[in-house]
Formats: sequence, structure tokens, C-alpha cells
Amino acid sequence: MTQKVKPMLGMGKWQYTKHEIKKYRQLYWMMAPFMLFFLVFTVLPVLIAVYYSLMEYNVLQSPKFVWFNNYTTLLLDDSIFLTAVKNTFILALIIGPFGYVFSFIMAWLINELPRVLRTVLTVVFYAPSISGNAYVVFTQLFSGDPYGFINSHLMDMGLISEPILWLKDSSYMMGVVILVSLWMSLGVGFLSFIAGLQGVDRAQYEAGEIDGIRNRWQELWYITLPNMRPQLMFGAVMSITNALSVADVTVALCGFPSTNYAAHTIINHLNDYGIIRLEMGYACSIAVLLFFLMLWLNLVIQKWIRKVGT
Amino acid sequence: MARVKRERQRSLRFAHTAFGHFLIGKHTNRSLSGSLTLLLCLTAFALISLFPVVFMVSNSLKPINELFIYPPRLFVIQPTLSNFTELFSILADSLVPFMRYLFNTLFIVTLGCVGHIALASMAAFPLAKFKFPGSEFISKIIVYSLMFTSSVTAVPTYMIMSRLHLIDTYWAIIFPAVSMSLGLFLMKNFMEQVPTALIDAASIDGSSYFGMLWKIIMPAVKPAWVTLFIVCFQGLWGNNASSYIYTESRKPLAAMLQNLSGSGVARTGVVAASALFMFVVPLIAFIISQSNVMETMATSGIKE
Repeated sequence: MTQKVKPMLGMGKWQYTKHEIKKYRQLYWMMAPFMLFFLVFTVLPVLIAVYYSLMEYNVLQSPKFVWFNNYTTLLLDDSIFLTAVKNTFILALIIGPFGYVFSFIMAWLINELPRVLRTVLTVVFYAPSISGNAYVVFTQLFSGDPYGFINSHLMDMGLISEPILWLKDSSYMMGVVILVSLWMSLGVGFLSFIAGLQGVDRAQYEAGEIDGIRNRWQELWYITLPNMRPQLMFGAVMSITNALSVADVTVALCGFPSTNYAAHTIINHLNDYGIIRLEMGYACSIAVLLFFLMLWLNLVIQKWIRKVGT
Repeated sequence: MARVKRERQRSLRFAHTAFGHFLIGKHTNRSLSGSLTLLLCLTAFALISLFPVVFMVSNSLKPINELFIYPPRLFVIQPTLSNFTELFSILADSLVPFMRYLFNTLFIVTLGCVGHIALASMAAFPLAKFKFPGSEFISKIIVYSLMFTSSVTAVPTYMIMSRLHLIDTYWAIIFPAVSMSLGLFLMKNFMEQVPTALIDAASIDGSSYFGMLWKIIMPAVKPAWVTLFIVCFQGLWGNNASSYIYTESRKPLAAMLQNLSGSGVARTGVVAASALFMFVVPLIAFIISQSNVMETMATSGIKE
């Protein structure tokens, strides 16, 4: 368990490992069912995708090995990909951090409230994420013709004389996408924060009050946040993956492809090649690059979170 | 310092009023002005958050002439249930009975969620609380797998499904849901918070690993698996299984309702009604689960 078993004298490293495996064999059995599913339906597809990223493969003909051709084309010859990278970065830089902090603050504020009010507000704030595509109503709000909710009201008020093409004019598209994404940003991370806050030991707060914690900010930094490290970690991973894989929202709002690729994201690009053009090898190489990008960001952010409350 | 004292006394007095107690509970280190500002902010955000939901509800109640009115209105003028009656008559007339679609969806949702929570918890417990050969490696793989986008694994997954002869069965939807790494990651993170002292005590009492998981860990991390249930439910409820299930009688509800939206402007009202239906069911599940999350945690009173 927690006590460390020291390698017995005269036991090699290999023998020691064998000893440990034997000691914990029940635990391995406990993990086995999930791991079996996980290997077949999650890990194996990823490995196949990585393998295809080195191939020229259009699903119909048998794959042809091309080394790193897909990657070099992607980085050097595909200007649309670079646009997609730029858009994804802009979106992720705003949606990721803002959504993360916002989720936490909201969860924390709600947690201060009595139980009934807390439940009601949790439901209200999570409501946008419940229905997978509730954001489609925004297409009606931002619709480009005079019948669009926002256009018609702005015109009535005399602020604009003709309808604005919110979803077709490249100067507005990104703004609308960011707005809608932020509206949906209270997702899984938010829920895990809410759940995590309920797990913080009440006695610690009482002790804190006696020890002279004067306001809620001090309480947050010295008691709440350090207790929430696992959830903060979870929320961070979720925000990174969500912020970098914005795609459905842009398609629903701006169409596909969007005007001048002004709202084209990496995942949009990937879907273009993977689903429409059936160039699987190329699509897989996009996924692999995106994977490394997320991995790197994750390592950076993990380092920050370890410093919380110190 | 004097100001702080005054403020504190005022908030203490405030906390003894009924409304004050309702607002800030038993805490004594809260300022009154702070509590009120927070409440105002929360209300504002709640309205923003609810706006499109209100739009959706009122759209589903609008008669066809109001759906295309100029200028468009947020609230319905003459609410009617005709969209719903039309939706129900379509559902009643469909070739495959509505109950069959509902059964398909419920079957997939139940098995997927229960299977995922059970297996993920069993796998998360060892990873969260013990150190054994391979534990760190497995934990890392779980996090990494979260970062691989699912849109590119779709084709390899399809190939695996077809090798295993699972195409056109419920299992093609259920198995990937069970193997999501998200649940394991969530459960593991929450289980790390459960004091190790509790587990040591159980181990001295001669409890098996399963016993520890069932009697100590799972009650302690109830908020986590309730959250996981919601995430899982939502995902499977909205899954239309379009690339895996072809036989009409095996398709889930989401696929059936999506067909409606593809059938023209005349059905705009029906589509609004069915969108509301798809939204309300997970919402109810969410409300029930949230109000069930226990206030008192098994961990309270135990120090690391």
C-alpha cells in the first residue's frame, strides 16, 4: 500500500518487478476489463492512424508508403492549413484560458450559495452544453438576412441601414464563433469543478476562519485551490482539447468551407481531407500534428498548476 | 483595520437575518457587499446563458406564421401546441414504431453509461491509490489518448468494428463509449483525493480491493460518477449512430428525429419541437442527478 517495500537483499531489479506484479495481481485483474476495451477501441485506432499518416491512402486503393511526405506537404505547401492553424490558435488562446477560468469562477461562486439555488444555477449554466447542438439557434440570431434576430432589431433601431452578413463576412465571423464558443464553455470542466468543490473538507474552512483567513480570496488561494488540484488538472486537459478542436460550431455557423477560410480550423481541415476528399493519410498526419501540439501545451500547463497555492 | 472590523460586524449582523443566512450561510468571513455583487453577476450570466434556451422553447410553441414573422420576436404571441401534436402524429405514423427507436436509444444509453462507469471506476482505483509496475505508464497513456481527435480515429475504428463483425449492431456504439478515456481520467483524479488512511484502515480490516472500491471509494466520489453519468448520457443520447447502424429498426431516436429536419421549410415547427424534446430529456436527467449529489462527504473529518 502506502508503505514502500524495499527491494529485498539479493533481489535483482527484474526479480523485484516480478515480485511486485505478483503482489498486486488482483489490481491488474481489476483493470483488465477496461484496459481490454481501451486497447481495442481507443489505442488501436490511434496507432492505425499514426501508421496511415506515413502513407498515401485514399481508402479505395491500397496504401502506399511515402515516409514523411504528408507532413512536409502540410507544413510547407498547404497555405490553407496554415490559415487553419492561425485561426485555431486565435480561437484557442481566447476560448481556452477564458473558458477555463470562467468555469472555475462560476463553479466557485455557485458553491457559496445554499443548496437549492446552487442546483438551479448549475442546471442553468450547464444548459447550453446539455443539448449537443443547442448552438444552432445562434444561426437564427445571427442570420445574415433582414429576418435575422439581431439584424432586424439593429435595423429597427436605425443603427444599420442594411443587414450585416454576420456569418459570411470574414470580419465578423471569428467574433461570432468566439462568442458562441464562450457561451458553451461551461462544460465538463465546469461540472468537475462543481463536484470537486463539494469534496473539499468543510472542517478546513472552519479551521481557516479561526486561523485568520479574512476574505474569500484568501480562502480561495490557501484552502480551496490546493484541495482542487486534481480537478484543476482535469479541467485544464479538457479545455486544451476542446479549445484546439473547435469545429462543429464553425460549420454550423459559418458553413463549410467558410468564406475565404476565415473561420477554418485545424479540425475543419482534417474533416475536409478525411471525410470529403478521402485522403486518409493526409488527414491522419494533421491529427498527429495536432496531437503533439496538445501534448506540449498540456505539459506546460501542468507545470503551472503544480505551483497553485504555494 | 477599523474598517475591516466594522464591515465584518455588519456582515455578521446580516448573516443572522433570514435572507442573509440564505445568501451566505454560516460563513462569518464574508462581506455583505461582496455577496450582493456576486448574486447580481450570477443573475446576469444566468440570463445570458438561458437566452438561446428560451428562444428554443418559444420557437417550439410558435405557429407557422409566427416562425417567419418580421421582425422576428423572442417570445411567442399566440402559443400553440400544434408543433408537438404534429410531431407526435409523425412519430405515430412512422414505419418503425416510435417505441422501438426509444428502446434502441435507452438500451445503448443504459449499457454504455453503466458499463463505462463500472469498468472505468475499477480501472481508476488501482491507478489512483497504488503504485505498481506499469501504473505510471498507463496513467500517461490515458491522458495522451484524450488528445487524439476522434474525427481521425473514425475510419480505423470502423475497420476494427467490421473485423469484429460489430457493424449494424448496438455494440458498435456501446463499446467505444465504454472505452472512453475521459471517464477513467475523471474518476482517477477524484479518487486521488480520497484519504489513503481510509484505504489503509479497510485493508487492516481485511477488506478485498473490490470491497474497498465498493464500500469506501465509490460513496466518497459520488459527485464524480454522477458527473460522468451525465456526460455519458448526453453523448449517447445525441448519438445518431449514422455510420455504424443501417437497419432502420435498430437506429436510435436521434437518427429518426434528424431525418425530420432534412425535410423542408414546412416542417420548421416540427423540427423546433423535436429539438426541444432532444434537449429536455438529458436536462431532466441532469436535474435529477444534480439534486442527488450528497452534501455530506464520506471524507470529512479525516486528515491526510
